[in-house]
Amino acid sequence: MVNVAAIELRGMITLRCDLSAVGTVAGIAVPPVGRMVTVGDRALVWMSPDEVMLLLPHTEVTVALSDISKQLQGVHHLALDVSDARALFVLTGAGAREVLAKLAPVDLHPEHFGPGQFRRSRLGQVAAAFWMTGTGDFYVVCFRSVADYVFVLLEQSAKDGPVGYFA
Amino acid sequence: MNFGVSIGDRTVIVTNNDEAYRTALVLHQAGLTVTAVVDARPVADGALVQAVRDLGIRVLTGSGIGGVTGGKRVTGVAICAQAGEGAVLEEIACDVVAMSGGWSPVVHLWSHCGGKLLWDEGLALFRPDPARPPTGADGTGFVQAVGAANGVMRTAAIMAEAGLTGEDADEAALLPVWIMPQGAGYKLRSKMWLDYQNDVKVSDVQLAAQEGYESVEHAKRYTTLGMATDQGKLSNINGLAVLSNALSASIPQTGTTTFRPPYTPISMGAIGGVARGDLFQPVRKTPIHDWHEANGAEFEPVGQWRRPYAFVRRGETTHDAVMREVKNTRQALGLLDASTLGKLIVTGPDAGRFLDMLYTGVMSTLAVGKCRYGLMCSENGFLVDDGVVARIDENTWLCHTTTGGADRIHAHMEDWLQCEWWDWQVYVANVTEAFAQVAVVGPNARKLLEKLGGMDVSKGALPFMHWAEGSLGGFKVRVYRISFSGELSYEIAVPAAQGRAFWDMLMAQGQEFGIMPYGTEALHILRAEKGFIMIGDETDGTVIPQDLNLSWAISKKKSDYLGKRAQERSAMADPNRWQLVGLETLDGSVIPDGAYAVGEGVNANGQKVTIGRVTSTYFSPTLGRGIAMGLVLHGPNRMGEVIEFARLDGSMLQARVVDQVFYDKTGDKQDG
Repeated sequence: MVNVAAIELRGMITLRCDLSAVGTVAGIAVPPVGRMVTVGDRALVWMSPDEVMLLLPHTEVTVALSDISKQLQGVHHLALDVSDARALFVLTGAGAREVLAKLAPVDLHPEHFGPGQFRRSRLGQVAAAFWMTGTGDFYVVCFRSVADYVFVLLEQSAKDGPVGYFA
Repeated sequence: MNFGVSIGDRTVIVTNNDEAYRTALVLHQAGLTVTAVVDARPVADGALVQAVRDLGIRVLTGSGIGGVTGGKRVTGVAICAQAGEGAVLEEIACDVVAMSGGWSPVVHLWSHCGGKLLWDEGLALFRPDPARPPTGADGTGFVQAVGAANGVMRTAAIMAEAGLTGEDADEAALLPVWIMPQGAGYKLRSKMWLDYQNDVKVSDVQLAAQEGYESVEHAKRYTTLGMATDQGKLSNINGLAVLSNALSASIPQTGTTTFRPPYTPISMGAIGGVARGDLFQPVRKTPIHDWHEANGAEFEPVGQWRRPYAFVRRGETTHDAVMREVKNTRQALGLLDASTLGKLIVTGPDAGRFLDMLYTGVMSTLAVGKCRYGLMCSENGFLVDDGVVARIDENTWLCHTTTGGADRIHAHMEDWLQCEWWDWQVYVANVTEAFAQVAVVGPNARKLLEKLGGMDVSKGALPFMHWAEGSLGGFKVRVYRISFSGELSYEIAVPAAQGRAFWDMLMAQGQEFGIMPYGTEALHILRAEKGFIMIGDETDGTVIPQDLNLSWAISKKKSDYLGKRAQERSAMADPNRWQLVGLETLDGSVIPDGAYAVGEGVNANGQKVTIGRVTSTYFSPTLGRGIAMGLVLHGPNRMGEVIEFARLDGSMLQARVVDQVFYDKTGDKQDG
């Protein structure tokens, strides 16, 4: 059985700039397309050709934002705290991969989606993104206003039970 | 095979190939009667045909069916010569007519994925062209068709293609037959159904060709041949052949439409999927949504948001509640959840220049700490959005959009930045959901904020159309002195996660000042009393700012902005364009929504001439009468004139053309 749980206020900083001009952000190497780099309790995520997102403890956001603006002084960029704009869920349990596969138009076969990858897509009818950990947990991020929808959607998918497609 | 159905006692089989004779054998073995096999081919003497003849079953070669008799069910067929024009040679009584015109492979999946087809002249079918398969992202084919799906129609050949051996009876070649009899006249053709699902006849396809729908795609749309659930399964080949003949072109020249799934019916449940009940549609909720729900809110959809329309108390009608909310906001203190308003951050060395192109006014000169109202137009000059812009720092502006406009305007900005001004240094981010925004509105607004403490909200420190950052009651806030109600008003943004706690604090601390929440209907009335336009009411995609007396918000100095050139075109500069005015009914009643103003005389269709229409209409509790705004021919020149609006029952309502600002014309209150 898959368990769906909401995670309160994870720190998220969105950064837009010429990524080729910055090797690292907050000390973390800029990840290649579709991937994320995790260091301790922080992670840097590739969002688009000119956008990354820094995941970090919420209490560290203010300091990290000021560090980023120091690092990028004189470089055209946009760095914002978007923690409050998002909702985050974690899926734990053996069928977590299938719970997502039923909702997102993404190839979630173990050979094609594993730890270190980050996928922006949609779940049901709304935009969402997700990644997985080495222990098989999946994290799902969506906009705050549709958090209730996404939670019910994930719960429904979990409740419907396994399909056995990846077995 | 475990089960079979007796389709009738006496069956006539009509065919152009040997395969159909297997059906005759099966029916015979089941103890049913095959009255005759009608074969369009002049000669039929293969092994299967001989087996049927040996059972004593009558085989008529070179023949066709020219007509079927019977009403609710088949009672007989009229036999004719296939080579002729349909003259009846004999009639054969029967209960069932079984037809076989040959086989086509199921190419739907192949075609749907982008694979192309080849016309096989010998078998009279379209088969997958191995040289043009469906291709993947790398440009190479990823599908191989084998066996019957590949147009290989004989068991032995299919087995061979799969590397196996097998055998089957010999079959003679089929004869492509598209019309039976081949010389059928118009009357027969207009009863020859090609597509049983969409009732398309031979005559329909021929008419399509005659009318110039020569492309097979056009002929399909003209006739509905092979559309929808059929997807070409029953009759596309026959239809294409008839079209080819009508055009005197070969079948491969005429081409095919694209065969697609669903090949077999699927349930509506499969299409709807999980989208039912609570998951039917995502509903966007503000951080304060749960409070609204628990406090009598009647919701209305605004985009995918649900906003409180009014907070209805026990014993009140919805109308009562709206009237109470308006009056209380004007006289004491109102609270509005404005979190849904779009908030776009625009930053970069070229951001000012960019916003000067997007808005009709000038945003680059806005001083840090100040706010300015702005209008956005499409390239065609039409007003698409409005809102207040705040200058955050040297390089950064915050653009408020309408609730429904947030995503659209964000995309609009990215579109121009990515496609047109790709070398401008500007980044945009949509931070709408990062903040809860609460409007504290009314004569007591400042009293409440001063009670909370934490920052100076006096007129001197924070005048109208300024913003400031600070704290209020312990919350980190950004406060905008902007007003969509005409009252003293502070719009306060807090991090979304703190929105509910902030709201709760305002409600508790505001009790002594008569605080009450208000909904979108009160918001509408408050703004209409002030003559403020609403995107979607005063605009409908055909309205330009000049129609709405908003020339003051259009820069005369700027050399360009999106929509400027379009607004200079003759139709846009036409003095006969309807223009915005205020309207007051003579009897104080409310003009019906969407009512038209009628003038003297009739138009070319004999209808009454229209000279305007209502765009916003409400009962104003502040003025105690119906008020409205409307677009009226030569409106601003008709001040004081009485014009007539038509009600649905045909009666007329008289309204006086007045200034659109009904309340606090000098703006002293919002400036307070």
